[in-house]
Order: sequence, then structure tokens, then C-alpha cells
Amino acid sequence: MRIAVLQFPGSNADWDALHAARDVLGADAYYVFHKDTDLRHPDAVLVPGGFSYGDYLRPGAIAGYSPIAAALRAFDGPILGICNGFQILTELGLLPGALARNAHLRFECRFVHVRTEAEGPFTRGMRGRVLRVPIAHADGRYHCDDETLRRLEAEGRVAFRYCARDGHLPADTADTEDGLPINPNGSRAHIAGIYDARFRILGMMPHPERACETILGSDDGLSLFASLRRHLEAQ
Amino acid sequence: MSQPFGMPGDPPVDAALAATMGLSAEEYAHAVEVLGRPPTYTELGVISVMWSEHCSYKSSRVHLSRLPTEGPQVVQGPGENAGAVDIGDGFCAVFKMESHNHPSYIEPYQGAATGVGGILRDVFTMGARPIASLNSLRFGRPEHPKTPQLLRGVVAGIGGYGNCIGVPTVGGELQFDASYDGNILVNAFTVGVARSDSLFFGVAEGVGNPVIYVGARTGRDGIHGATMASAEFGEGTESKLPTVQVGDPFMEKLLLEACLEIFASGCLEGVQDMGAAGLTSSSVEMASRAGNGIELDLDAIPRRTRALSPYEMLLSESQERMLMVAKKGREQEVFDACAKWDLEVAVVGRVTDTGRFVCKATPGFDPWTDIAREGDPRVVVDLPISLLADEAPKYDRPRRAPSTAGTQTPTVAPAEDLAEELLGLLRSPNIGSRQWIYRQYDHVVRDGTVVAPGAADAAVVRALCETEDGPREKLLALAVDCNGRHVQLDPFAGAAMAVAECARNIACVGGKPLGTTDCLNFGSPERPEIMWTFARAIDGLAAACRALDVPVVSGNVSLYNETDGRAILPTPTVALVGLVERPEHVRTMAFAREGDLVAHLGAPSRGALGGSEWLTQRAGRVCGAAVGIDLDAEAALQRALLELARNALTRSAHDVSDGGFAVALAECCLTGGLGARVRLPGAADRPEALLFSEEPSRVLVSLAPEARPRLEKVCASHGVPCTFLGEVGGTTLAIEDILEVPVAALREAHRSALNGIVPDA
Repeated sequence: MRIAVLQFPGSNADWDALHAARDVLGADAYYVFHKDTDLRHPDAVLVPGGFSYGDYLRPGAIAGYSPIAAALRAFDGPILGICNGFQILTELGLLPGALARNAHLRFECRFVHVRTEAEGPFTRGMRGRVLRVPIAHADGRYHCDDETLRRLEAEGRVAFRYCARDGHLPADTADTEDGLPINPNGSRAHIAGIYDARFRILGMMPHPERACETILGSDDGLSLFASLRRHLEAQ
Repeated sequence: MSQPFGMPGDPPVDAALAATMGLSAEEYAHAVEVLGRPPTYTELGVISVMWSEHCSYKSSRVHLSRLPTEGPQVVQGPGENAGAVDIGDGFCAVFKMESHNHPSYIEPYQGAATGVGGILRDVFTMGARPIASLNSLRFGRPEHPKTPQLLRGVVAGIGGYGNCIGVPTVGGELQFDASYDGNILVNAFTVGVARSDSLFFGVAEGVGNPVIYVGARTGRDGIHGATMASAEFGEGTESKLPTVQVGDPFMEKLLLEACLEIFASGCLEGVQDMGAAGLTSSSVEMASRAGNGIELDLDAIPRRTRALSPYEMLLSESQERMLMVAKKGREQEVFDACAKWDLEVAVVGRVTDTGRFVCKATPGFDPWTDIAREGDPRVVVDLPISLLADEAPKYDRPRRAPSTAGTQTPTVAPAEDLAEELLGLLRSPNIGSRQWIYRQYDHVVRDGTVVAPGAADAAVVRALCETEDGPREKLLALAVDCNGRHVQLDPFAGAAMAVAECARNIACVGGKPLGTTDCLNFGSPERPEIMWTFARAIDGLAAACRALDVPVVSGNVSLYNETDGRAILPTPTVALVGLVERPEHVRTMAFAREGDLVAHLGAPSRGALGGSEWLTQRAGRVCGAAVGIDLDAEAALQRALLELARNALTRSAHDVSDGGFAVALAECCLTGGLGARVRLPGAADRPEALLFSEEPSRVLVSLAPEARPRLEKVCASHGVPCTFLGEVGGTTLAIEDILEVPVAALREAHRSALNGIVPDA
């Protein structure tokens, strides 16, 4: 299993993604620099977190102008965008909607719970499963127009929603658990991650690659990579 | 030696001008005497920043030499950009702490952000990849009108920089006290990991080697920042805004990656970041360490603004810049890495054998204009390196013990409702939860955070060190501490307590402390009482570092922390790095299992309340008899703790510190979500004294009942008193005959601690 991890200037979870894929999962994982134009034939691509190009304009906005962007658009296998990677995929138009500033306007880093709701290469057999994974972002509030939301819901493309420890969804964005909002950033419909219409591209704000070892407080994130392996082996 | 060229428009140089740059009349006269002529305006700027307290340590150097700096574990001691201790398998932990107090008060976001940026550069300049940061913050009274905006700005600035560059901020400490009303403290710590045989140093070796400028362009920001940091505040502090630098963490991320690639190529002789006093101090210090001279061509300096004068270029503290000395003929390797990372790079000078700092510039030349360069470059600075570095002024300033008037223990009414007293302490900004702060810091980036903020006395981060036999996992334990109140009451004991607490914090999480970095924040050294306190605190640090075998490997001194003649609490902040041998040795503070026993290690409290949070709140000022510390007992306690963790005889460990025994016990309960039923150790004629005393060298542990005999044996073998208090369980914290509070109420009180300052907490 070959996994390409993209490296934009300012990517900072590139190592986290490489470590999870290579050292924990045992995949043949490697970096692809943003000035390259060739992904070098991966089975899947990870677009990691960070602050690509400093995120000074809008998170993820500039990455689409990188030389590697054309290869990413042309790639036909599974793509996982995490955090800034999710923001980049929305800016590229590969996923609908946008990630706005968190409702409370501050950076937020903590473990949250998300409920898996869609099946796809990264979530095969996981529907209903609650994952404990960390978030670390200032711009993670998923937003889209009514029509897009209706389509996402109708097509079952919402991959993850923020939820309480026991899996129940918050009544509204103000609903708390342990004194903190269950929906940590005010995302519309508590959306934490979505698939594209072909269930090939997944974007999510939480960091599964930072939750792949019990020593780091959770290994729930490993299930996404294990699913990817099953998906690729089945092909 | 001819007189260097004065640039057109330079103001006339005299003692009065020198005074505006912070030089005393004697210092100016000394410079003129050594030079045999008056300096030019540009030279005067160079001399004044190099002789500033911030760069020269002129008031502190005579005392700093008393700190222990050696030990078998020390790979690099003080004097370089950062210190380093051995962590095994050929790797070392590289770390340092620095203050950014004055800039953070003037402009909290950028002041704090560039403080983080500066300490990160100090660490990666050594060739180490930064793996974690901590910070130590001091603000004025919670109710002071400026406190909320300063707290918000500083926390956002620290997060803004650290989160973007991708180094986790994994811990810290915070205190509010009236003494910091007009002078907050922002001390930033970073640790990195490097191969011990591949460290880089700030040396301009090799006559003829090129001097290369890498990173951000030079602007007008931060001019005279080092001088500003070396003066007290008063009226008009806001007008100092131009002395604050502006940070660009994205640029620093590129610089970090480029530097690590350049280092790995082996093409460098030396490297230093341009921090305080920018281009001047980096050039002079590198030349001084190598015993060489340096010549700069200022026309070649990359700049981001028009009409920069030599004075401005030499004094700018624009961030994210590095000065490198490459091996002759290998410049291209530096250029290639910079091209890959889209960084500005230019050869700006060369190493000489003259022992002088020489700068040339063409009058009127500005690369931002189309006007062709006319005439030859002129020498605008020509100063002996020695005058600026080793022979900078050094003072043994007068010292006088301050009056102890006003610190006597007042008569305070006995507490009536001890449960309410405990909840009040948990709710107070100095004790309760810091989660509003650390949730704004990315503390999980780099997949290494084993013990996150709020879970234990120290943070634990994992570093994966690449060896020939594959990656080796290293667990570093990190803690930062100081309680200026105890230092105020007894500078020797208070400073020793700061080291002891940090080391104890590391022992509590299962680590062996290895080395220390310090950040000594005090008022004006020109006041004999402050200087006496400083000297005593140094002796206290030295004694504790010796007793606990944690030599000082790096540090920073920040003086003149006062406003309108009122000094801060003496705050010698220390941070320690330790090593946890195996993941299974890691302990947190949370009570983990119903039925576990609770034990108190160390001598039970004498009920001494001096300097405690409880007494300070009651009396409205810092007061009481100093509680003191027995360093031998402390060392024994820490050895016992480590042996207990390594033999899996404890399930949790938490030291008794701010707030005292009751608060420590409550924290064990609320982090674990389990209650406990215990009795109070010691004789309880005034229970509040035993509940809230902050006497050091005490730890609460929990353990499986069957581990009790072996735990007692370990404690006895180290001569550490051990008292069994009760057991874990239930939904309340009950201290027999004294108080009973639901754990949920403890949690709620603890959680709300900062709500009064930042209501959206």
C-alpha cells in the first residue's frame, strides 16, 4: 500500500500523517513536495493539517495554485484531507462547503467524539461507531448552503458528526458535555467530515492520524487507516 | 585607524545622545577612551545595544557564575544559543527559556508570539528539531482593568505562533498578583532533540568564510528592542510600540525546515539566529566566540522597506532571520535549500582575522530605488569585537537586605466553612483550571503528547530518534515553575523551592530530572534591595540544582521589571527536563481506581501558611514567615518517587503545592472523577493551616492495597515519611471531621476559575 503525504509550505501535520501511515500502519508512505507535479503512483493520498502558505488569505486558499494541485485533481484513488487538508479540498472544489472561523473565534484543541455515519474507503463497516479523536483548529466550522446540506444528507455523505461520549448528537450547538460544547466549533448539522459524491474523497476536521496509538490517548483513528487497507486490498 | 564615515543626517554624538540609548555617562566615556575617538551615530547604536543589560548581562554576570553548570549528563552548558543534556543512544535534549516581558505588555499578541518565535529559533539554531514548548505567565490582579486584554492577547499570541509552526505547547504555569499589574511576565521555553555529535554553534570560524543572511527581510521593527527591555516602564510606555517586533510563524516554519536541511548537508561552520539586537549581536557574538573578526556589506542586506540606514539595519529586530557562516565554496548548498523553501538568502560579509566588527555601506544606496550605486562603499562601523563582547561593562552592584516590615503574619480570622474555603480556592484564578488557555494551544501536533496539559504535574512528550537500528522512543518530562511569593519572603528558599518543585513534578510523572534552564525576572538592579534579592535567589537556585543534580545549562536574565518604581515579585522561573525510561512508568495525578489507598509521602505539614494562596487572599498581601525547604529531604523524596513509579507501586502521584494539601487532594479527585475518604495528616488544632499550607516536599500518591508493604519498604529505605490517609472511592471528597464536598462541585469550581477574567471561558 503506497500512501502519498502532500507537503505544502506550512504543512505541520505532514509528519503526523507520515508517522501514522508508515510507522503505525506499516504502509509505504512518502512525502510529495508541493513543487512536484507527480504523485509517484500512490494507492491513496493524504492531505495533511497545518497552515499551508501561512493561511494568511483563507485557510487552504493558496494550495490550489501549487504545482502539485493538478496531479491531486487528476488522481482517481482515495483522498483523505485532514484539518487544513479538508480546508484545501473545499478550496479546490473537490468537496462542497467551506470551513469558517470557529463560533467562539478562538483556536480549539481537545479530544472530541465523532459518530461515523457514512461508509466509504476510510469508514468501511464503521457506521454508528463513535471515535475519540483530537481537534486542533481555528477555522473548523463547517458551513454550506441549504441545498448542499440537503444533498449531503440525502446522499448520506456526512461521514462524521460531533457527538457526546455515548454517541448521541447534541440538541443544538450550545449543548455541552463536561462543561464544553459537544459541537466544538458551531459546525452546521454538527458536521465533522464529509465524503464527495463518489465516496472517494473524505475531508474531516478531527485528526485521526493523531489518535493511532494508545500512548497518545486514543487509537480510534487507526480504524480509518485499517479501513483504507481493506478497501485497497479488496480492489 | 581612520574615523568611520558618518551618514548624512546623523545626529551629533555626545553623552546626552548616548543617555537616550541607555548608556550611562561613565559607559560613554569608557567607549570614547577605548576607541580613542567618539563613536559615530551608527557605532553608538551598536555599542548601546551590545552593552544593554539584555545583551551584556552586565549586572548579573558576577552572580550567574555561582550556578552549577556541569555534570556527566551535560552535553552543552550555558553560553550557546541553548543548553543540552544527554538522553541516551547518542541523542540530547536541547532547551532554553527566555523572557519577552516588556514587548508583551506593550503589544500582548506580537510580544508573546515573537517570544515563542525567538525561543524556537534558539533551539533549532543548535541543530535540534523543536518538539515541545511550555510557558510561564504572570499577570496583574484578576480585577485589574488591563488583565483580561493582556491575558487574551498573550495566550492568542503564543498559540498563534506555536500552532502555526507546528510545535506543541504542552504545559505551563500562571499566576496573578498585584505586583505584575504594570509589568506582566511572558517566559517561553522550548525543547528539541538532536544527535549529540551534530550540534551547531554560534561561531564565525575560518577566516575568509562567507557570512550568509537567511530568512525574512529586514525592516524597521524592533529597533532598540534590547534597550527597551533593559529599562523600567513609566509614563508613555505605549509610545514604545515601534520597539516591538512582528512575528511571521509561517516564515519561521520555512526557516526551520531549510535550516535543518542545511545543517544536515554539513556545509556550515556556525550559525546564530538574529534575536535581540539583530544583525549586530549575531555577528559580534559569533566572531567573539571564534576569536575572529567579521566584516559586513550592508548594501547586500535583504530589506523590505525603503531608505534603511546602516543604523536601522544593524539594530532592527525583524524576526525569522538567521546568520550563517558557510564553508568557503559550499555557499551553493545554502542557496539551494533556500530556493526550495522560498527563502531570501544573500552573502553579506566574511570572517576576518582582525578581531574587529567592520560594516561598509554606500551612502545613498537603496536597492528599492532605481538610482544606480554611486561611489564606493564607506566604512560606517569599525569597532573592536572585544569592546562589544567580553569587555562590555560588568558591575557588582551594591546589595542591601530589604526591610522585612509588612511581611509579619497577620492575625486572620479562623475559617468557618472549610468546604467553602476549599471551593473558593479551586475557583480562584491562581489555582483552578487553565483549560481556557491550553485549549487555545495545539498540544497534540507531532504525535508525541503522552501527558497533556492539566493531567499531571509535568508534561510528557515522546520523541522518535532515528538511529541506525531504527527509531528509538524517548519520553521527555517537562515542567516549569516559580512562586514569586515564596521568593519574596525568602529569596534563597523560594528560588530553591522553584527548582525543587519542578524536579518533583518530573519525579511525579515517573521521570528522572536531568537539567535546568532559568529565566530570572527581577526589578531594577540599580536598587540595592533588588540586587540583594537577586544574589540570594541565585544562591538558592545553585543549592537546589546541586542537591537534586540538575545543572543549569542555559538561561536568561530579565531585569528592570518595574513600573513607576514598583518592582514585580522576584520571579526566578525555572524549567526542567527529565527522562522517563519506559512508557509504563508514566504517572498522572488522577485517582484511578475505587479502593486504592491514598498515602502522603514526606513530612506532614507544620501548618505554616507563609506565602500561601489562602493567606494571601485572606490578608490581601503576600505575608507570613517563609516556609523554607530541606533539600536533603526533597532529594530523598524524589528518589523514592522514581523508584515507586519504576516498580509500579503507585497508580498516581501529585505534589502538594499552590493551594496546599486540600487543593492537591481535590485535583486528584476531579481529574479522575473519583472521590476519596481520608484523614488529615498532622495535628489539627487549626485545620485550615494544615489544609492550605504550601510547605514543599510533599506528595500524594494512590496505590493498589496489595502494594502497601512494598511501598512502605521503599519509603523507609529512602528515609521518607509515609502516612496512609484513607482510600479512593465514592462521589465525594471527605476529609474526616473537617469537610465533605461532591466531586462534581469540585469540578465545577475548578472549571470556572478564569470565568471572572474571560467570561467566555
